[in-house]
Amino acid sequence: MSFAMNKQDEVVVVDVEGQLIVGNRQELKQKVLDELERGEKKFLIDFSRTGYIDSSGLGVLVSLSKKIREQGGELRLANLNDDLQTLFELTKLDTLFQISDTRERALESF
Amino acid sequence: MPEPRVAIDIEIPSDVSYIEGVVELAALRCHELHIPSRKCTLNVRVALAEALSNAILRGNGGTGRHVRVRAMVSDDALVFDIVDDGPGFDMNSTRNDPTTPENILREDGRGLFLMHRLMDRVERFVEDGNVVRLTLNRE
Repeated sequence: MSFAMNKQDEVVVVDVEGQLIVGNRQELKQKVLDELERGEKKFLIDFSRTGYIDSSGLGVLVSLSKKIREQGGELRLANLNDDLQTLFELTKLDTLFQISDTRERALESF
Repeated sequence: MPEPRVAIDIEIPSDVSYIEGVVELAALRCHELHIPSRKCTLNVRVALAEALSNAILRGNGGTGRHVRVRAMVSDDALVFDIVDDGPGFDMNSTRNDPTTPENILREDGRGLFLMHRLMDRVERFVEDGNVVRLTLNRE
């Protein structure tokens, strides 16, 4: 499991490869917060290569969303598979995040 | 009716880095037992990850102890017992609904909720340690 980060135009794109769970959530949080501190405002997390997310992973997404918004930025999500979509619906986090079917649509939405 | 049989019986150190391996083993066994795929990839993986995380961080209170995972399979259900050897904790103490407007922005509080939503039954009892039992019906 790892997090690949790259920048497309003005958007920092994070690919979550593997799982987002209690064992690695702090790594994702720190990487995004480092970019936020450098002045980045637009963030997209792409889950096309993600297996599953546990409650602590969901919690980190909520926490990052709040921190980014406080700095006047935006966090959006893309490419949730059916399992992840169900997880977001069960927890109603689908109402909190702007979620796109594809990375391209998500990038266009900023 | 045939007796339930053991599908998994392992013990891991009380360390969150072991969770992913146990979860993948459980999902693999779930597929081998011809349980519907969606239940293996979503329900088993997420609920078991939550139970293991609880056992390691809240039950055992960190490292230096162990967590045992047993899975029994029958014609009707797959049953996981997650056993820690800590002093125990009240599973219902944090049982708030994380989907309400006042809770949805909280970082924590979704673990137990997900276990209950993804499993058909969640029980806690003491038997050679603190046991959380997750029951997933085949259908």
